[in-house]
Amino acid sequence: MKIADRPIADRRCFAPRRSVFVVVLLVAAGNVIVGQRPEALPIKIGFIAPLSGPNAQNGRDILNGFLLYLQEIGSGVDGRRIDVIIEDDEAIPAVGLTKTRKLVERDKVHLMAGALLSSTGYALAPYIDAMRIPMLYPVVSADDLTQRRRSKWIVRTGYSGSQPNHAFGEYAYHTLGLKKVATIALDYAFGWESVGGFQRTFEAEGGLVAQKIWCPVFVHDFAPYLAQIPRDVDAVYALFLGRSALQFMRQYQEFGLKQRVRLIGAGTTTDEHVLPFMGDEALGVVTALHYTAALDTPANRKFVAAYRARYNRVPSYYSESMYTGAKWLVTAVEVVHGNVEDSATLVDALRHVKLTDAPRGPLELDDYGNPIENVYIRRVERVNGQLQNTVIETIPRVSQFWKYNPADYLKQPLYARR
Amino acid sequence: MIYIITQFLNGLFSAALLFLIAGGLTLVFGVMRIVNIAHGSFYMLGVYVAYTVIARTDSLLLGTIAAVLLVAAVGLAVERLFLRRFASRPLPQMMMTMGFALVFRDAAFMIWGGDPFTLPYPALLAGSVETRDIVFPAYRLFVMLVAAVVGLLLWVLNEHTLIGAKLRATVDDPEMAAATGINVALVSGGVFAAGAALAAFGGVMGGPILGGYAGMDLDLLPLAFVVVIIGGMGSLKGALVGSIAVGLIDNFGKALVPELSYFTLFAPMVIVLAIKPTGLYGRG
Amino acid sequence: MKAVPFVAVILVMLIAGPPFLASYWVGLLTQMLIFALLAMSLDVLLGYTGLPSLGHAGFFGVAAYAVAVLSTTYHAGFWTCVMSGILIGTLLSTLLGLLVSHVRDVYFLMITLASGMVLWGLSYRWIPVTGGDNGISGIPRLDAHAGLPFAGPVAFYYVTLLVFVVSASLLALLVSSPFGFTLRGIRENELRMKSLGFNTWLHCWVSYIIAGAFASVSGVVWAYYNGFVSPTYLDLTASSELFLMVTLGGPGTLVGPVIGAGAIVLLKNVISAYTQRWPLILGTFYIITMFGAPQGLWNLGRRRRASS
Repeated sequence: MKIADRPIADRRCFAPRRSVFVVVLLVAAGNVIVGQRPEALPIKIGFIAPLSGPNAQNGRDILNGFLLYLQEIGSGVDGRRIDVIIEDDEAIPAVGLTKTRKLVERDKVHLMAGALLSSTGYALAPYIDAMRIPMLYPVVSADDLTQRRRSKWIVRTGYSGSQPNHAFGEYAYHTLGLKKVATIALDYAFGWESVGGFQRTFEAEGGLVAQKIWCPVFVHDFAPYLAQIPRDVDAVYALFLGRSALQFMRQYQEFGLKQRVRLIGAGTTTDEHVLPFMGDEALGVVTALHYTAALDTPANRKFVAAYRARYNRVPSYYSESMYTGAKWLVTAVEVVHGNVEDSATLVDALRHVKLTDAPRGPLELDDYGNPIENVYIRRVERVNGQLQNTVIETIPRVSQFWKYNPADYLKQPLYARR
Repeated sequence: MIYIITQFLNGLFSAALLFLIAGGLTLVFGVMRIVNIAHGSFYMLGVYVAYTVIARTDSLLLGTIAAVLLVAAVGLAVERLFLRRFASRPLPQMMMTMGFALVFRDAAFMIWGGDPFTLPYPALLAGSVETRDIVFPAYRLFVMLVAAVVGLLLWVLNEHTLIGAKLRATVDDPEMAAATGINVALVSGGVFAAGAALAAFGGVMGGPILGGYAGMDLDLLPLAFVVVIIGGMGSLKGALVGSIAVGLIDNFGKALVPELSYFTLFAPMVIVLAIKPTGLYGRG
Repeated sequence: MKAVPFVAVILVMLIAGPPFLASYWVGLLTQMLIFALLAMSLDVLLGYTGLPSLGHAGFFGVAAYAVAVLSTTYHAGFWTCVMSGILIGTLLSTLLGLLVSHVRDVYFLMITLASGMVLWGLSYRWIPVTGGDNGISGIPRLDAHAGLPFAGPVAFYYVTLLVFVVSASLLALLVSSPFGFTLRGIRENELRMKSLGFNTWLHCWVSYIIAGAFASVSGVVWAYYNGFVSPTYLDLTASSELFLMVTLGGPGTLVGPVIGAGAIVLLKNVISAYTQRWPLILGTFYIITMFGAPQGLWNLGRRRRASS
């Protein structure tokens, strides 16, 4: 593999600091361009994520991970510079589609990456398929994207919503020794799929989900829902994210529930995008996800240190998603020797990448385009004054189908609210 | 029974918070006929300013004072420099507040980033009040008390002081008020600033529980509008009755028929307006 | 009728231009037309009748959902989808109109905001039908579904243009008819209209129905354009943006909303390609526009022409 000394150029700058960085690299690049193959046009990657509005925090984390990796490789692939064109999808599917059209038709990108919400993920799929542009979803977790409604051109390197929860349900029954659990979760597809995955394996082992409480996505005051939690359960399983996770933790303690009923939950509830803003109320909460910033491996220590150094904050699973996503893309581009114009070969290469040293651990895709990866059971602890998700168990190589046969699994309906 | 008492208290807490936020909105509408879309922005700015000041000084009191004063100043500036020009032309005024809502939202994102946070509890009120079976957070009781005091103060101010008399005169008939020598411009500016300050205060009061986050400005705005509309725009009494009604209906609705969580707030409002188009205490 | 030369020039450009434009711009132009039609329909209420609606995106969304549900779940044919979309949207505005037509001013603003929120809640929670927050994707492409002999963005654009021109002509007829003048009369002084013997409630109701019908038409086109529907089509943000299009362009005219819709679609897409701070710029733009042209951009031009 030949690496040319050409920089990554982001077309738009997120922080003033970065704009300085880009300018410096571009100036440096001016000296290197001489003597390069004239045909070495840049590889263009279109990126969309919510960069304004309520979901901007997650969008920014995803973008930051992406840019960090591109900065680390510091140059292009096979003599071709990598250009990233960034667009804001505002977390509105129609806007996401418009921006994707712009990236594909006007900017003529070779491949696409990004998106956060499942609705955007589903909305883009028909267009992506029609235009035959390979697209990588680092986060979108709707189960059916790699199950009943698969797309040839979309590769998911994140996870499916139920995936870590299948593993967690079994763990909760056997290792945590829980027999009877109530769930409280956001009332939308991500919530149903996560809770559904947990319930399936938990009950298959002999446990009982006694009650499922659903909160509308705009919930602020959890009081009316907290009052419904039965007192005789062994634990409460919670699924929230962003500000709702923060508010829930506070109010769970406020109403004296924390001392009475053990709290467990989905990974997003204590993910690093909210954990630094929580207090002691989060201590001891056990959750499951395919990543934690506290994962003690050389690859992750290096990633966390680099991320902290550049952005002055701890990476969330959103940050890791597109760091690994970028690594995935670049690996595939290397496999096709930078020949990104041949999109059929490229998407084939994208489906057969195997990473052994991603921050989250090893991952590869199953036949349906969803990663097989480790799931970490984590407990919130305070280490050196800061909260972190300490790994208490690693469940290796978890597939989206858990231990079930994929064909049988797909005959059953998607997890719903019920 | 315990369940009902708990939900009743929860409903009253929601009402208290709603009253603090909706009070300013209804005041501004009553005096100036402005549908202030930027009201949510003032609420948001209050929380953010308090957060910054508390992080620097470790003082909740300083944070609250700073938030209230600063947001009042911003409100005054918006009224004097922008809205004043369009006095008694509701549509351009509303458009302008929409523009400001967008600007404040993005400016806040630029300055504070999009991370969520909560404000600390006052140390005295961090625990909860427990009777035999009921656990209720002390801080929530405190907020209810504060809202009651604020409501009482507003009432006294409105009914028993000269400022209140001028205010009522302006609400009733701005032109007549001007003719009798009331400085309507001054009253308007003051009311707008006070409305903004009240929103900021409401934000700080809710801060330990609801906190601050990107998008909070537009999250609570519809709720505040529901309260004001049910009560009748411009009526303080309406805001009080409206917030208690909304707080209770919303809490019991969510608890008893969670299936309808998305409708418990707005359906009653459609019904009230369909029957009485100016709300319970509003004048046509 | 000072608008005639202006409209003629724009129309010629709209007809002749697209074959020479890149597909991305044709797409944006299609979006502008769809939103222009939607904004015009709102203007019947907001500008002509003086009823400010903050829930107008509801009809747009409901019609789009009707197309999506019928074409995907029930595999209905093209005309069934189109007619049902328009009919269901219109029926809804007929029913809701009964509830809101006696409400005025800011209370109208609020009752429509509330009804809009209820519709949004419905799209979000009526999962078996609407698919919840994931929405519904997989609406067939227009050319395939309608059996058109041509495909692609330009073909879609011309279909949209045809719908737009026909609808705009109908709306122009409407606002210049005696009925349209009665609406303006209600806006200016409802009491006088009442004392002149007009049933103002009925006029408001009919105006609400018509606005809902044309919003449904644009919703149907939007569903085919995007190929999916989601609850964001009918949320408060969508309704407020629509409101801005009308007030920015010039309420009480038909050209104004078109300008407003064009300006906002263009600005959002162009600015956001260069800076993440686009909401800040857009907000500032609204404020400045209101300063310079409180009656909207189009009315500013008209006033200038009238005074010179």
